[in-house]
Amino acid sequence: MKKVIVILLLAALGFYLGTTFFNIGFGDPHFANGVKDFYLKETVDNLHVSNTVTSIVVNFRGFDTLGEVTVLFLAVTALGSILYKRRHEVGTRSVLFSSSSVVTAGSKLLFPAVILLGVYVFVHGHLSPGGGFQGGVIIATGFLLMLLSYENYSVSHKWLSIVESLAGIVFAGVGLLGFINGGTFLQNFLPTGVLNNLFSGGVIPIIYIAVGFKVAAELTGVIYTVLHEKGVK
Amino acid sequence: MIYFVLIAFLLLLMIAAAVYSIRQKDLLYATLATGIISLVLSILFYLLQAPDVALTEAAIGVALTTIIFLITIRNTVRYESDEDNFKSEVK
Repeated sequence: MKKVIVILLLAALGFYLGTTFFNIGFGDPHFANGVKDFYLKETVDNLHVSNTVTSIVVNFRGFDTLGEVTVLFLAVTALGSILYKRRHEVGTRSVLFSSSSVVTAGSKLLFPAVILLGVYVFVHGHLSPGGGFQGGVIIATGFLLMLLSYENYSVSHKWLSIVESLAGIVFAGVGLLGFINGGTFLQNFLPTGVLNNLFSGGVIPIIYIAVGFKVAAELTGVIYTVLHEKGVK
Repeated sequence: MIYFVLIAFLLLLMIAAAVYSIRQKDLLYATLATGIISLVLSILFYLLQAPDVALTEAAIGVALTTIIFLITIRNTVRYESDEDNFKSEVK
């Protein structure tokens, strides 16, 4: 019985994948000529986004970005599940980088600036170079600075997972809203505004802010997990 | 002209850092050399007009990967043992 259901599901999946790939139309003129002109024109004329890379990554190839974020999430989950047991045997941090007062005072000064830079990078992802992924990594390096310089600095694992899940839900939810309003997954359904304004580009800023929060939470979790692993000395 | 000289110099610097990080027995210095590879690579990306990729490479390659390797070295051993010693330990 189980095997029959599995075979039926596989057959249905194969049918849909087959029809999808059959209807793409490889070899058509718009594939032969390339799609770069279409992307450049569409980005400036209809989407009103200054950064073409962002409009391709989030709008035209938004599904790929969702897959990328999923890959990162799976990698972080695997790391956490491998190191989980050894972390809880100890409870406290195993790796200590003892630092002088100059380092602690300096990192306390730098930490808000680093967080602000990260937020700037992912909020202005559709206007200037950078985006959700880059901004999230910059925020994670800010937390890394604090974790390295203060021995008793800790990040709440519960809040990290809450932020991460909410950001992922926002990303998928915006995609599903595009399904309802526009027609396809992750299609733009908001007014696109004026070119070069902060509030332009439709759903792109919302998705990039969600990606920024998600990447920041995930990478901070990685650093926290690795720092709290029991030493093998 | 000077643009190509700069790019050639940066590429040579990358190759030198890569060879150094392979030959070096002190893993701390080898890790810092891999960080230098990422730093030079991000400068190259910037020169080749790909600032998005340059930002990613600078943040991940220089900061995060290097620091995770440093934490690993702190948790394990700093000096790479000779191959013969390793084989006798395994026996």
